[in-house]
Amino acid sequence: MAVDTLLERITDYANRPDPYPLYAELRAAGVVRQTDGSYLVGTYSEIVALLHDPRISVDRRNLAAPYRGWVDEDQSVSFILLDDPEHYRLRSLAMRPFGPPHSPGRIDAMRGEIAGITEDLIEALDGRTRIDIVDDFAYPLPVTVICRLLGVPREDEPTFREWSAMIIDSVDIKPGEDPTGRQRAGGQARAEMGRYLVDLAEQRRGHPSDDMLSAFVNDTDPAGRLTREELATTAVLLFVAGHETTVNLITNGVLTLLRHPDQLDRLRHQPDLLPNAVEELLRYEPPVHLRPRTPLANIDVAGTTIPKGASLVLVTASGNRDPKRFRDPERFDPTRRDNQHLGFGSGVHICYGAPLARIEAQIALGALIPRLGTATLVQDPPPYRHNAMLRGPRHLPIEL
Amino acid sequence: MPGDLRQGRIVIVGASLAGLRAAETLREEGFTGSLTVVGDEPYPPYDRPPLSKQVLLGKVAADATGLPMRRDPDAQWRLGVRATGLDPVGKRVLLADGQSLPYDRLLVATGTRARPWPDPREAALEGVFTLRTCDDAGCLAERLAAGPRRVLVIGGGFTGSEIASVCRERGLEVTVAERGAAPLVGALGGTLSKFAASVQRAHGVDLRCGVTVTALRGNGRFTGAELSDGSRVDADVCVVAMGAVRNVEWLADSGLAASSQGIACDAGCRAFDRYGIVTDDVFVAGDVARFPHPLFDYQMLSLEHWGNAVAQAEVAAHNMVSSGPLRRPHLAVPVFWSSQFGLNIKSVGVPTFSDEVVIAQGSLSDGRLVAVYGYRGRITAAVTINMAKWLEYYQGLIETAAPFPPGPGAADGRPLVAEFSVPSNVPDPKGLFHGPTVALTGHLPDYRLAVGRPAG
Amino acid sequence: MRIVVDLTRCQGYAQCVFLAPEVFELHGEEALLYNPAVPDDQLERVRQAAAACPVQAIVVGEEVTVSAR
Ligand SMILES: Cc1cc2nc3c(=O)[nH]c(=O)nc-3n(C[C@H](O)[C@H](O)[C@H](O)COP(=O)(O)OP(=O)(O)OC[C@H]3O[C@@H](n4cnc5c(N)ncnc54)[C@H](O)[C@@H]3O)c2cc1C
Ligand code: HEM
Ligand code: SF4
Repeated sequence: MAVDTLLERITDYANRPDPYPLYAELRAAGVVRQTDGSYLVGTYSEIVALLHDPRISVDRRNLAAPYRGWVDEDQSVSFILLDDPEHYRLRSLAMRPFGPPHSPGRIDAMRGEIAGITEDLIEALDGRTRIDIVDDFAYPLPVTVICRLLGVPREDEPTFREWSAMIIDSVDIKPGEDPTGRQRAGGQARAEMGRYLVDLAEQRRGHPSDDMLSAFVNDTDPAGRLTREELATTAVLLFVAGHETTVNLITNGVLTLLRHPDQLDRLRHQPDLLPNAVEELLRYEPPVHLRPRTPLANIDVAGTTIPKGASLVLVTASGNRDPKRFRDPERFDPTRRDNQHLGFGSGVHICYGAPLARIEAQIALGALIPRLGTATLVQDPPPYRHNAMLRGPRHLPIEL
Repeated sequence: MPGDLRQGRIVIVGASLAGLRAAETLREEGFTGSLTVVGDEPYPPYDRPPLSKQVLLGKVAADATGLPMRRDPDAQWRLGVRATGLDPVGKRVLLADGQSLPYDRLLVATGTRARPWPDPREAALEGVFTLRTCDDAGCLAERLAAGPRRVLVIGGGFTGSEIASVCRERGLEVTVAERGAAPLVGALGGTLSKFAASVQRAHGVDLRCGVTVTALRGNGRFTGAELSDGSRVDADVCVVAMGAVRNVEWLADSGLAASSQGIACDAGCRAFDRYGIVTDDVFVAGDVARFPHPLFDYQMLSLEHWGNAVAQAEVAAHNMVSSGPLRRPHLAVPVFWSSQFGLNIKSVGVPTFSDEVVIAQGSLSDGRLVAVYGYRGRITAAVTINMAKWLEYYQGLIETAAPFPPGPGAADGRPLVAEFSVPSNVPDPKGLFHGPTVALTGHLPDYRLAVGRPAG
Repeated sequence: MRIVVDLTRCQGYAQCVFLAPEVFELHGEEALLYNPAVPDDQLERVRQAAAACPVQAIVVGEEVTVSAR
């Protein structure tokens, strides 16, 4: 089939269960302009180079007009869509209550709490023979964790679930479709969610509690303060990025292990392999498949010139299966070494929450694996979520 | 493959980073013969970079930096024994204990030692230190922990600057005496050395540049030093950080091309003899080696870089057991790091091989930046300060001999190129050389090539 | 257990600091310091850190032991 329709086919919902043959086609085709004008890159070394290239922007305002879609010039954006030095400043501020250098032990200290939440979810499965990994486990775990971490009441889930869904839909890639509607809706959801989170934070001003929203408003160092607007965009980003992806990692993990019973068995007997297995999952079935960028100058990628301002889509999930980088890339191998996958991206925008996601996935899968002994998939492939960028099953029914 | 060495005897002299990594690689490459590693220090291989950082800070004990093995090289370790000579005809390494070791292939990885203070009597004063070994670091750490009133560091290179940083972090008064115009000038050139000077002063270092120390004073114990500007520094600890001396004396009669700059070898790590004829059974790796690099006009580089020791040891080991066409070149682009005053300084390429420099990202005032160095219109080096995640990009530009200054368009909100570039103020690298421009290609070790690139 | 971090590769991603904060530490914003001699109660965390390092810069192993042979 024509290589200039690859983006269409990759994002086509019908291909959600198995986009990997398309990725192989993409790697063979090289960098090709797509029918909608955007450029796809799917080979490992080119993706890594672009993620470290200072001429590449994440800021949508740098897109040339035809690609820009709907951008609300008045709404400020979070650091995932900002370039240096603003990106650096805001990411560093967001890091203060979360990780090193200011709070190096924060996430490590959550291990016990995460194990407790996991335990509760597992207990609730007792006696059931049929469960949905997503609804019963993989979704509630990261949501509860991010709520505790940020200081968001878990009971408000019905409200924030909808906002979150609209936000991730607004950032998805859908070639050939006018994005104005969903981008507007996403902007609206972001604004509402931002107000909601800032209100929660404001209630804690002067009454510090041990959550991050509180830390943001009570930082005693003036250098550590976010403006109200920055707090809103940052909190929304952390909240959404903090659970919409982890749910996919846990679900993909269960799905992959049930598809590879030998490896499941091995992990049951060698739980030491789990950290490595989680890295392999992030390579083999990553929760994030595509990341958008735009060049600030005409740049040459593998012999193709990508013009300044063009829409550039990095297919990181394809880089993860590049045989030029990974031996036997289509094989799920929990003992794989030298696994420098792109599951969390690379360069300055590398996932902020990666350590938390890793700990959650290790604890979650570690607790589930002993119970998957006789489990079977009810439906294979399972029904997928619509999102092409954040790819994962919508439900994963299994028989215990 | 005929000519491959699978059996036989291999001797490695130097039981440190390069020696250990080479030993492991030999086994990985399938060498099953006898392997002996000789080292004059009594300890198993240990890591030196932490000595001027974690160890002096008191966070890690001096004897706790032992290097992990990537695999057990199943070697005979002859530790605490010095190699005193080499008989290249009889193919034997002579040892201080009178024994000798026959070899089929020899790897020389004897590294460097700290350059001592030139006056042996002054150097022997109690309180005068150098820093190269874990014993040095242990003694110095102990003295720093005891809270001396002032420390004098002679030499503002990387090691001297790191020691000064540790002193300030420990709350100790410290004077740095540097002969050049600013610290790190020899490594990073004028612009960044001025930045380094301002960082040191901002951290309370008493920095004296453009001076030499003329004499160390004391009566048994070090009490202070005289400087060439007529001043005197009163201090109770002195660290001589005047660079390194290559451990080549033991090869004086070997016929190899061993000089104060190291042992010359080809790009495949094979040692040259005194006539410039390449040997086929003596290999060199690590700080003691001098090797030609195509990206830098084939000049002979002598690097004191951790990463070079590892990469070169791997190439040397591979070539020691591989026959002609399967041998690999050591083409790694030099990378170095240093941490001091809370800054992560990394460099790629050879900053001294340059005539111009620009600040391509960040700024001196932010204290985070990328400086890019050029030589005759192509990029030859880059230095990052707290911006290490960008280094890889510039490494690619160096490897592909990209034009200097780097092209426009930056992800930090302004043109990548500072409006103008300034002289890098390093001594001009070797007269007038109009060689072909060369680029490196390939990522995997066995695909890495140097290809000609027409100038223009 | 001993570790060494290949700081020529390390890009300061700090994944190791998050996962084993008693062994790894950031000095300033980006410079990494660590304890090469891993205490026994940190082995598990250090293995996790080594697996997580995005540039696989952490080498884990045993120190050379020299036995009379
Ligand atoms: C304090 C300090 C800080 C450093 N910091 C950094 C840093 O931040 N970044 C960086 O990139 N690099 C740094 N380095 C440099 C790095 O440690 C060296 O590049 C590396 O150790 C080189 O390894 P090598 O094996 O080639 O040589 P060496 O480590 O010097 O080992 C050579 C060994 O051979 C032994 N030997 C010598 N002669 C004989 C003989 N005749 N017989 C038997 N044995 C012999 C020596 O005693 C020594 O044990 C630092 C070095 C020091 C001392
Ligand atoms: C398995 C789970 C996760 C995966 C696979 C994942 C993946 C990613 C990827 C690929 C990026 C890079 C985006 C880019 O380069 O454009 C990213 C960025 C980000 N992630 Fe994650 N993530 C996960 C979990 C989390 C968690 C738990 C949090 C928060 C606690 C989080 C917060 C963020 C943030 C804030 C960014 C933006 C970073 C920046 O731009 O500097 N993520 N994530
Ligand atoms: S995780 Fe790896 S890259 Fe990051 S700081 Fe640690 S060693 Fe360096």
